[in-house]
Amino acid sequence: MSASAVFILDLKGKPLISRNYKGDVSMGEIEHFMGLLLQKEEEGALSPLLTRGQVHFLWIKHANLYLVATTKKNANASLVFSFLYKVVEVFSEYFKELEEESIRDNFVIVYELLDELMDFGFPQTTDSKILQEYITQEGNKLDTGKSRVPTTVTNAVSWRSEGIKYKKNEVFIDVIESMNLLVSANGSVLLSEVVGTIKLKVFLSGMPELRLGLNDRVLFELTGRECRRGGKNKSVELEDVKFHQCVRLSRFDSDRTISFVPPDGDFELMSYRLGTRAKPLIWIESVIEKFSHSRVEIMVKAKAQFKKQSVANGVEIAVPVPSDADSPKFKTSVGSAKYLPEKNLVVWSIKSFPGGKEHLMRAHFGLPSVEKEEDEGRPPIAVRFEIPYFTVSGIQVRYMKIIEKSGYQALPWVRYITQSGDYQLRTS
Amino acid sequence: MTDSKYFTTTKKGEIFELKAELNSDKKEKKKEAVKKVIASMTVGKDVSALFPDVVNCMQTDNLELKKLVYLYLMNYAKSQPDMAIMAVNTFVKDCEDPNPLIRALAVRTMGCIRVDKITEYLCEPLRKCLKDEDPYVRKTAAVCVAKLHDINAQLVEDQGFLDTLKDLISDSNPMVVANAVAALSEIAESHPSSNLLDLNPQSINKLLTALNECTEWGQIFILDCLANYMPKDDREAQSICERVTPRLSHANSAVVLSAVKVLMKFMEMLSKDLDYYGTLLKKLAPPLVTLLSAEPELQYVALRNINLIVQKRPEILKHEMKVFFVKYNDPIYVKLEKLDIMIRLASQANIAQVLAELKEYATEVDVDFVRKAVRAIGRCAIKVEQSAERCVSTLLDLIQTKVNYVVQEAIVVIKDIFRKYPNKYESVIATLCENLDSLDEPEARAAMIWIVGEYAERIDNADELLESFLEGFHDESTQVQLQLLTAIVKLFLKKPTETQELVQQVLSLATQDSDNPDLRDRGYIYWRLLSTDPVAAKEVVLAEKPLISEETDLIEPTLLDELICYIGTLASVYHKPPSAFVEGSRGVVHKSLPPRTGSSESAESPEAAPSAGQAAEQPAVIPAQGDLLGDLLNLDLGPPVSGPPLAASSVQMGAVDLLGGGLDSLLRSDVGGSPAMGGGGGFAAPGPAVPAGMGAPLGSGLGDLFDLTGGVGTLSGSYVAPKSVWLPAMKAKGLEISGTFSRQVGSISMDLVLTNKALQVMSDFAIQFNRNSFGLAPAAPLQVHAPLAPNQSVEISLPLNTVGSVMKMDPLNNLQVAVKNNIDVFYFSTLYPLHILFVEDGKMERQMFLATWKDIPNENEAQFQLKDCSLSADAVSSKLQGSNIFTIAKRNVEGQDMLYQSLKLTNGIWVLAELRIQPSNPTLTLSLKCRAPEVSQHVFQAYDTILKN
Repeated sequence: MSASAVFILDLKGKPLISRNYKGDVSMGEIEHFMGLLLQKEEEGALSPLLTRGQVHFLWIKHANLYLVATTKKNANASLVFSFLYKVVEVFSEYFKELEEESIRDNFVIVYELLDELMDFGFPQTTDSKILQEYITQEGNKLDTGKSRVPTTVTNAVSWRSEGIKYKKNEVFIDVIESMNLLVSANGSVLLSEVVGTIKLKVFLSGMPELRLGLNDRVLFELTGRECRRGGKNKSVELEDVKFHQCVRLSRFDSDRTISFVPPDGDFELMSYRLGTRAKPLIWIESVIEKFSHSRVEIMVKAKAQFKKQSVANGVEIAVPVPSDADSPKFKTSVGSAKYLPEKNLVVWSIKSFPGGKEHLMRAHFGLPSVEKEEDEGRPPIAVRFEIPYFTVSGIQVRYMKIIEKSGYQALPWVRYITQSGDYQLRTS
Repeated sequence: MTDSKYFTTTKKGEIFELKAELNSDKKEKKKEAVKKVIASMTVGKDVSALFPDVVNCMQTDNLELKKLVYLYLMNYAKSQPDMAIMAVNTFVKDCEDPNPLIRALAVRTMGCIRVDKITEYLCEPLRKCLKDEDPYVRKTAAVCVAKLHDINAQLVEDQGFLDTLKDLISDSNPMVVANAVAALSEIAESHPSSNLLDLNPQSINKLLTALNECTEWGQIFILDCLANYMPKDDREAQSICERVTPRLSHANSAVVLSAVKVLMKFMEMLSKDLDYYGTLLKKLAPPLVTLLSAEPELQYVALRNINLIVQKRPEILKHEMKVFFVKYNDPIYVKLEKLDIMIRLASQANIAQVLAELKEYATEVDVDFVRKAVRAIGRCAIKVEQSAERCVSTLLDLIQTKVNYVVQEAIVVIKDIFRKYPNKYESVIATLCENLDSLDEPEARAAMIWIVGEYAERIDNADELLESFLEGFHDESTQVQLQLLTAIVKLFLKKPTETQELVQQVLSLATQDSDNPDLRDRGYIYWRLLSTDPVAAKEVVLAEKPLISEETDLIEPTLLDELICYIGTLASVYHKPPSAFVEGSRGVVHKSLPPRTGSSESAESPEAAPSAGQAAEQPAVIPAQGDLLGDLLNLDLGPPVSGPPLAASSVQMGAVDLLGGGLDSLLRSDVGGSPAMGGGGGFAAPGPAVPAGMGAPLGSGLGDLFDLTGGVGTLSGSYVAPKSVWLPAMKAKGLEISGTFSRQVGSISMDLVLTNKALQVMSDFAIQFNRNSFGLAPAAPLQVHAPLAPNQSVEISLPLNTVGSVMKMDPLNNLQVAVKNNIDVFYFSTLYPLHILFVEDGKMERQMFLATWKDIPNENEAQFQLKDCSLSADAVSSKLQGSNIFTIAKRNVEGQDMLYQSLKLTNGIWVLAELRIQPSNPTLTLSLKCRAPEVSQHVFQAYDTILKN
């Protein structure tokens, strides 16, 4: 059904630590992994699943480590990859950084965690906050009365412990929208989508019941509320909403209520996509002229296509240049440009870019007279930005109800922000 | 302070030092020592010598130390089984510790120690832990049952753990339920017929309730288990779908994919007219799109699955083309998959966009990706006719780039476009010819040569072009050589005057100077054709080519259906059924989608249970696609050929394969060899030559005939199916053959009716079988005493024996037959019911039966449902006996009758059966065990046929 064994390897493919869960695949098989990976890479047939004889390797790479699961069965591949990423998440929360060094430094706890995360190939408790309650960094002593199984592990609410106490009960809500954009070289928008996430920072005592109200069009329609366009009750159409496991999915499915008992601290409550297409927030027009053996001339025009009241912060426009370019010269109408030779990029940074404005950058590079042999491909222009107090969708948190049996009052705080996601404009 | 310091001690005498430290009185020192031992173990040093010393540290109240010692035990117990016993006592004690963490730890670890002696001691603690008050212990114990089953299945069954595990499905704790489901699924997977997961509407309801409460992983276990359930009607299917759809909103991609699997499968049962069906289709698209924003590895798994989903239900994602556009930083494996899906989704509505993208990709730098993009342009041209012109001009633009591999790919696809749209784009040939010299890949060279040969009459210097290839003939790959040979022959047929020398040259190169049998054979055929009958040669070589299909690389529908049942798993990523890559799964019944049923008719649905695989296959004429035919028509070069046109022509040509082996001997002796067929040997299909051994059974068969006919008695024989038409008159120039198979007192016969529906008299009948799975062969010649006048029929019983040549057929009971008369030779294939092969002495001794049943591994057991059979046990027994299925024992267990039966096939294979008959239930359960599990399916069909008639 799932993984037979899990290995953590260094960059050379040497196992740092491993755990054999089922015993049906010889642990020696891992020695072939690296050779296989290199061979497939050479053939241009690299994929996240490699096969050698009866054995299948499912692998991911994180920092300077490979995490590999082996199996001989028709395993659930999506479960295995999901699990491997979860392992990365748990280890990262335990050790800050997951890398070769942190594995060596913490091998005892790594063994303990591997034992708790999966049993006989079945993933078990993978919530690091809960794990930290009974697998702690310092060795456990039985007599201290600690290290009982937190009932949370097997509770229906497996993500929150009982008996949490705060002096001040507060919830911070961050509504973050990211814009993904793909524009073809001739300037037509191929893909423009907005992906939103709602992140919570929860400082609440006890076992609170939360209900989040959004201006969700489907909900408004269900409840018969008028959706006056442009009016105060503007609603948004959310497509494919995804929730943290604490949200009662069947409840949402039946009446669109987002109700949950939250985990303690930070977590991502939900994510969504916008049903409608959005206008690119920052539009780029570029002319990159390459005169072989002599120079490259770049002209980039950036336009902020959002309302005047909003301001984009920390704008960075990364423009690709040939790897053999030299002697850069820049001219910008605002902000500063910098050449990053190690990345073959010019990065134009603008600290503050108000809506409706337009700015220009020109760059000039020399090219060597002897041309390079290999073709370089045409990397796209990438843009980064952040627009606070603004969302593309106009999503609003209408209320956050917090009910706890002790009856305390709690305050919700909401922030809105829009930022760039995968924002690419192809160059010609 | 970090653990890394433990890795540093590598002095000599380390083991002794550690030994001393392990036996130290100080707790801290002990723990440090164990950590050092584990560190050594981690880096691969052998520290098994310290076994007794480490085990001594086991009794401790320090949890961390205990875990380390357990870890050590898991690693070394197998190499020191005798020593491992030392640990048993502590394990048993720990299983009763007041701390549930320790109880669970002990039972978990014990299950991981795969030493027989230890497992014996595990039973009692496990039994207690399965009933533990703490759910953490119960959920751990549930998994432990699966572990133990893996080590010793018998023990688990004897101890009744399976029943306890089943009870845990109703546990109050969702995590326990999830693990119990996971454990049961795992056990059921290795024992497909064990009926462990006996899912019914009640248990399904429990699972659906637990689904809302358990962790993300638990949800996956439950969904995967649900996917194996077969709802009884469309209403149940819909209600399950309704409760599963909320899972599509889960943040974990694996949960989403497992939910998609359940929905895709159960959707099959819903009527397309249902509103709900449309709603469900709409609900599936957004989550599939969102999967593409997951991590690249998960994206890859998702894309491979979307590829299946798009083939099964193209309507789901038809408007989502854009999300499959390739991004610059996608890993190559994601790029290639996206490209494939783009082509599948290409339609007239979106082709402009797709082409613009493909052109963009074709100018990237990654060679594999570029090649695939160029090929994709060609596929678009073939798929969307309106776009063909634009595709061709795009390809020409790409050829102008002169990038070598782009040019070569473009030429390969342009050849396909020529095939698809003849006489439309030939104006570009000149441009292609300019690039002749830059082609260095065999596929591109072969494609170019094909183009030159095919359009020889329009290319002025075709002879020069082809001649230039001829110089290095022997250095070319086979593909190019074959193509060159055909192209020059085409050229010769079109321009005979100027090219005689050239054709002589290539024929002699192919036939005299080559060791390649394919090439030589093709050369000889051409040579003979050209020398005996140039008109016929023209007809054959310049024949009109069948159309090429629009979609390439489509997965065959039954495989696609099976793969849909495996969404999310390795099978869905490899696009192969698990039996193709998982050891020991060969006997496993293939999964298939549920049949579409309406609730009204489902109750008496006559179809066999889907779990029995594709039951009741209709005998059909399966055209044998002769390789030779393909070669002659240059099909080896083109993409897959669309069905119908070929099928029609292969009725005559297709069976050349058959002819190549045995039948030519028949032809030669009986027909005397017409000039065209005279060189029968030359017609042998390419590939390994089939020994002409079919003559032998004919001769010896005569002897058998006398033996057998002498014994025809009065006893009633086994069931005989009504005759069906095997060879329709249309396909055999007026000869219609219908028939059936029968078995009477040990002799098998093929009962035929030959009907002459033509206007001329038919005579000189003869029959021959191709080699088949059980060596069936005619035991006597086909004797039609008088010529058959138009509209006359004759009934013939042709005795058969089973001493012919054996070759495994697919399906197993496929029989390919050739019948000759004065007009022509005709071929057809039919499926024979397996029960004609059940021999009269198929009754096994009781003792023998018991021993054999045990002896045959469980993986070989296959289980089937016989529906709608409301006979009593005795009636079943006597009905089966008539067809040589013998009841050895009958038992009544809890109100149901169990029949134990045996039968033997003509080739000595025994099949053992257990038939369960419940009074009031018209469905019988048949379990078959056989050393050759591939016959089970057919034995089941035989059962089904016999009992229903």
